[in-house]
Amino acid sequence: MPAAGGGRAGSGPLRQRGTRRLQGAPPASALSPRPPAGWRAALGLVTLLSFASRFHRLPEPPHVCWDETHFGKMGSYYINRTFFFDVHPPLGKMLIGLAGYLSGYDGTFPFQKPGDRYEQHNYMGMRGFCAFLGSCLVPFAYLTVLELSKSLPAALLTAFILIFDTGCITLSQYILLDPILMFFLMGAVLSMVKCNSCADRPFSASWWLWLSLTGVNLAGAMGVKFVGLFVVLLVGLNTIYDLWDLLGDLNLSLVMFGKHFLARVLCLILLPLTLYMAMFAVHFAVLNKSGPGDGFFSSAFQSQLIGNNLHNVSIPEHLAYGSVVTMKNLRMAGGYLHSHWHLYPEGVGARQQQVTAYLHKDLNNLWIIKKHDSNTADLSDSSSPVEFVRHGDIIRLEHKETSRNLHSHQHEAPLTRKHFQVTGYGINGTGDSNDFWRIEVVGRRTGKLIKVLRSKIRLMHVATGCILGSTGKTLPKWGWEQVEVTCTPYVKETPNSLWNFEDHINPKLPNISLDVLKPSFAEILLESHMVMIRGNSGLKPKDNEVTSKPWHWPINYQGLRFSGVNETDYRVYLLGNPVVWWLNLFTIGLYLLIAISTAVALKRGVQLTSEHKELSRVVLCGGGQVALGWLLHYLPFFMMGRVLYFHHYFPAMLFSSMLTGITWDTLLKFFSQFLSPSTKARRVYGVGILALILLIMYSFYLFHPLSYGMIGPMASDPSSPMAGLRWMDSWEF
Amino acid sequence: MLGFLKNPVVVTAEINLNLVVLTVMGLISRLWGLSYPRAVVFDEVYYGQFVSLYMKRIFFVDDSGPPLGHMLLALGGYLGGFDGNFLWNRIGAEYSMNVPVWSLRFLPALAGALCIPLAYQILVELQFSHCAALGAALLILLENSLITQSRFMLLESILIFFILLAVLSYLKFYNLQRHRVKYMGLFTYMLLLAIAGLHFWHMLGDRNLSNVSLVCHFLARGLTLLVIPVAMYLSFFFVHLTLLYRSGPHDQIMTSAFQASLEGGLARITQGQPLEVAYGSQITLRNVLGKPMQCWLHSHTNTYPIRYENGRGSSHQQQVTCYPFKDVNNWWIVKDPGMQQLVVSNPPRPVRHGHIVQLVHGITTRYLNTHDVAAPLSPHSQEVSCYIDYNISMPAQNLWRVEIVNRESDTDVWKTILSEVRFVHVNTSAVLKLSGASLPEWGYRQLEVVGEKLSKGYHQSMVWNVEEHRYGKSQEQKEREVELHSPTRMDISKNLSFMAKFTELQWKILTLKNEDTEHKYSSSALDWITMDTNIAYWLHPTSGAQIHLLGNVCTWASANIAAVVYTCLSLWYLIRRRRKIYDIPEDAWQLWVSAGQICVGGWVVNYLPFFLMEKTLFLYHYLPALTFQILLIPIVLQHLSDHLCRSLLSKSMFNALIVAWFSSVCFAYRTFSPVTYGEPLSVAELKDLRWKDSWNILIRKQ
Repeated sequence: MPAAGGGRAGSGPLRQRGTRRLQGAPPASALSPRPPAGWRAALGLVTLLSFASRFHRLPEPPHVCWDETHFGKMGSYYINRTFFFDVHPPLGKMLIGLAGYLSGYDGTFPFQKPGDRYEQHNYMGMRGFCAFLGSCLVPFAYLTVLELSKSLPAALLTAFILIFDTGCITLSQYILLDPILMFFLMGAVLSMVKCNSCADRPFSASWWLWLSLTGVNLAGAMGVKFVGLFVVLLVGLNTIYDLWDLLGDLNLSLVMFGKHFLARVLCLILLPLTLYMAMFAVHFAVLNKSGPGDGFFSSAFQSQLIGNNLHNVSIPEHLAYGSVVTMKNLRMAGGYLHSHWHLYPEGVGARQQQVTAYLHKDLNNLWIIKKHDSNTADLSDSSSPVEFVRHGDIIRLEHKETSRNLHSHQHEAPLTRKHFQVTGYGINGTGDSNDFWRIEVVGRRTGKLIKVLRSKIRLMHVATGCILGSTGKTLPKWGWEQVEVTCTPYVKETPNSLWNFEDHINPKLPNISLDVLKPSFAEILLESHMVMIRGNSGLKPKDNEVTSKPWHWPINYQGLRFSGVNETDYRVYLLGNPVVWWLNLFTIGLYLLIAISTAVALKRGVQLTSEHKELSRVVLCGGGQVALGWLLHYLPFFMMGRVLYFHHYFPAMLFSSMLTGITWDTLLKFFSQFLSPSTKARRVYGVGILALILLIMYSFYLFHPLSYGMIGPMASDPSSPMAGLRWMDSWEF
Repeated sequence: MLGFLKNPVVVTAEINLNLVVLTVMGLISRLWGLSYPRAVVFDEVYYGQFVSLYMKRIFFVDDSGPPLGHMLLALGGYLGGFDGNFLWNRIGAEYSMNVPVWSLRFLPALAGALCIPLAYQILVELQFSHCAALGAALLILLENSLITQSRFMLLESILIFFILLAVLSYLKFYNLQRHRVKYMGLFTYMLLLAIAGLHFWHMLGDRNLSNVSLVCHFLARGLTLLVIPVAMYLSFFFVHLTLLYRSGPHDQIMTSAFQASLEGGLARITQGQPLEVAYGSQITLRNVLGKPMQCWLHSHTNTYPIRYENGRGSSHQQQVTCYPFKDVNNWWIVKDPGMQQLVVSNPPRPVRHGHIVQLVHGITTRYLNTHDVAAPLSPHSQEVSCYIDYNISMPAQNLWRVEIVNRESDTDVWKTILSEVRFVHVNTSAVLKLSGASLPEWGYRQLEVVGEKLSKGYHQSMVWNVEEHRYGKSQEQKEREVELHSPTRMDISKNLSFMAKFTELQWKILTLKNEDTEHKYSSSALDWITMDTNIAYWLHPTSGAQIHLLGNVCTWASANIAAVVYTCLSLWYLIRRRRKIYDIPEDAWQLWVSAGQICVGGWVVNYLPFFLMEKTLFLYHYLPALTFQILLIPIVLQHLSDHLCRSLLSKSMFNALIVAWFSSVCFAYRTFSPVTYGEPLSVAELKDLRWKDSWNILIRKQ
């Protein structure tokens, strides 16, 4: 049992500073409760169990499960050094790639779709790596709770909840980002808690170690998924509170406070930021070959990739009439000017051919530059002299595939109603005066030639004075979900209305190898973030699609099929152990009740015994910190517009499990203290904790086939071994 | 008792002349020339429709908020004797003579004018000087955007009025409590709840109070801050639903049960239908989702094409679709698989939850069927067809289990309109579902219906309800066709309780998504702070006279500066206080904090939520937040002059600065008042008004 009243060590951010000076005299170590005896042995036990449960039947099933098709594929891309694009930051996939590489996987398996058999390919390295990180969660949670509550039973309860949760096991057994994310997340929480308990000896070696480990883990969490931002927030709030506390301590000189402040800036801001940028540097250094992600990035970026048509490019340098070109929008993740045979639908401006911006390379991105007043014939004539396009010229752009001219007129654009519609108009290049555009180079005088790739140009519509631009908004289905192109009447200089020429084909001109302006690392970093954020917000659910809602998650409403559908398949179903999850859910309510009544009692100045004081400190500080973590990892999902999945709840579930450990431990202690003989009290307390652990283990025994695979009839069939266990109609196993 | 015989009855009235003058000035500024222009101005075109619908007692749904605001506007119309006959179709359309323009615009203008004394009172209640209060009231008075917004049939001024009133009431209560127009009011309400919670928390710390009195305090606050607003909120809906009893244009959004409770419309058809669906019943089945449009399960003699465009094959059986219009092909007959007859026996045998039925298409007498063939547009789901036996070893699989989703017990009877039903295919356990995609030409662009194999939980697209229903009597196909073509008749009424109606309407208001996401004058929340956009409300058809929603540039800038100064100063004080350095006296600090809670808090809760909203945003959404921000200006000024100007010299210099600043506010008001009140302007004058390039001032080409 923890020593009474010694509130310093292990205290969370909500600790009461009043005690700091009172305890100044005796050495702090004498007061800080020693960790409960036997904690090492217990740690060994839970770690062993955790590894055993995660590595059990790890190779099964020997085919691609669920999102392995994405993350396995991306791991292969790292091994093959092919450039790709994903909405998540690179660390997680890089680690998967590294694990694969070290374990002898050669990156040749295509990971095409779930269900593909691995055959001779070595996938165990990658799965084993994820399972390893997933197993570490249990000791991390154990140590965190131990640190917060100073109670071994609380820590054990938390550890058993996580060990025997089918959801956590399943999620840790496959090539996914989640075990990696949760590893860093829990690592950050553990380091933060450890660092808080070193608060009485600031600037000691262990203090520095835990502080910088917090920073490292934060960088890791952010580097795997943007969800890592929530734990950054948690640590940030904790740090602010901590600093606020130090500021109120008048014994601390301002210079010392400045030191504290700088130490945190160094370890929690600069260090993670450096690491974060370093992993992007590695990412871009490794992926140096052209691949499926090229088109999402700017021309300058693409020229860096081996195999891209812009790499070591040699094209005609100056733009001439008759050239075939592609035009790329300069906004981040802007597309190529594109057109296709389809018309704008009825009711959307004039019913003419669509003009859009398209992210991928395509033949429909090609345009021919023509003079506004001459016909096509003498341009294709090989004998006529080459005439260069100059700044300020009035030109016509003909779409190569459909022979329609780029055209604009005073109709509302499809989405941005303030702008004008841009269409493809005319037949075989013959149109009207609304097809004339003035070409201008930013920051040049008239008469200058226009350089491919390097000149930033804009096209001004001669008749209406508007400027060709891409708004970045995605068109509905009729526009194939490509990006809207409009003509904006507001003459503002934004990247939206600037373009550059990317491809340039003109047989009459000599090709010159261009040493393209290399983008700086900062530019690449910024650009890739813009592309990721846009990709993320683009993942919108469709109408009539059944999607997972955040309120489903804590009640374990519905799982995810990892593998197999039919009776004969090897089926794995990601679903939390219902007993554990419902216990967690119930505990959150219970915790609220306990926390509010404790807070009110303290505020009302109720006289508490020293044991009760210690308990209330654990509930408010330790519990409060964990409860805040749960809120931060859960509530933001209610405001997200993107498609959500059940597994998004697992980080929050970790916090919820820790809260369960702390709450029940406190509650049982509180009740057992009413029974005066200490042996009887201890027995009630021990039996309570033991009963909970046994309950969890029994429920795991019932539900373990969810994680370790089921073959045979579905649970809806009475002959199935899982028949009585389909407690909710929404479960599909 | 008869004290008044001895002493005279004395009424001592204390009249704050400031307040009276301010109110009169407010009334003049808001009411002057109210019926000009006699044309539809901007969103009047939108709210006007609702007023007309109120006048005609026709039911409608508006997702912009609860009905109080609309009802107040309608009250104006009612008092002005408006009959609702006006076509609200175009901004700028001239009002006809029967439209009482003045009385329609009167209530919002009055509310707008009353905001001025309210602002004054709030500052007084916050314990600031009368001078500061006067300043706040004048700033509100001279704010062009608030004037423009108040002078037309729009809701914002009413909203702001109630928000300020609520804040003032709470302050009065605290020194010695709430309504809703639009959902933005909710955020202010939350703020007040939070502040009340905080005050109560401090009270808890007061050890002098007994537990009992604390409980009483808590209950009293709960009653006034929670129960009364909820009761009032409900009562608005009650009045709304009582007033609007006729069916109208938005009926189809609501469920069949709701529609049937309105006079006319569906009720005309469904009134008197038999309640319990029995074997042999003739029914139409409506999809509960109602998206992308309401539609009924439908079939017709055309078959699925043998091969689709992408080369996949079909069963070539009869198409089953969902059709958005009433049609005789929407009729289905519920059949007992064990019996041949298609009529209702006597007595009728009702269908219950879990029963297995066949559904027979009325006109073609084919059976609703699904099988392991990919659906035309959703290849992961099964095709649903009406079975034609081609003798090609593809047997009929036409048994469906009826599952009542909203059942109370497992033996519930399937009821017309009220029961929401899932049809689960017996052989494949697929569920009949509306996929939402519309079929190509061969399917006449009707909506696709599929059998969903992986029935992931509950989704409204899988749920159907019986809308039209009658007991089939004719045994012969020919007679039956005649029967299907004839309208249903019989008489029993179905009434929903108020609470059921309320819950449904509330849910629809909250979930209704407006498809129209773009507007010429829409703007993003970030533009508002710097007033980068304006909204052209009205333009005279011939002269250059125009009305814009355009704020007082000076006031907006000062309000922003005030907010920044407030935040910086507060941080500074906080940090210094933490180090036990007290720059200002404790009571001045308390004053500063409580004023900030209301003003900065009010600004934050009325502004920041817009960043999370995905709806079309306009500059006028910022006005409630702006009002709070304006109240902050005099607070900051007074604080600066009281606590930072120590010497007499600096004080008088500061006062001089304030006078100069205030005259610039007056100047900005004067400059922009022509576009606030719609006075005619020449092209040159208009060009001069375009202070920012992004402002859209309409200039006619000569």
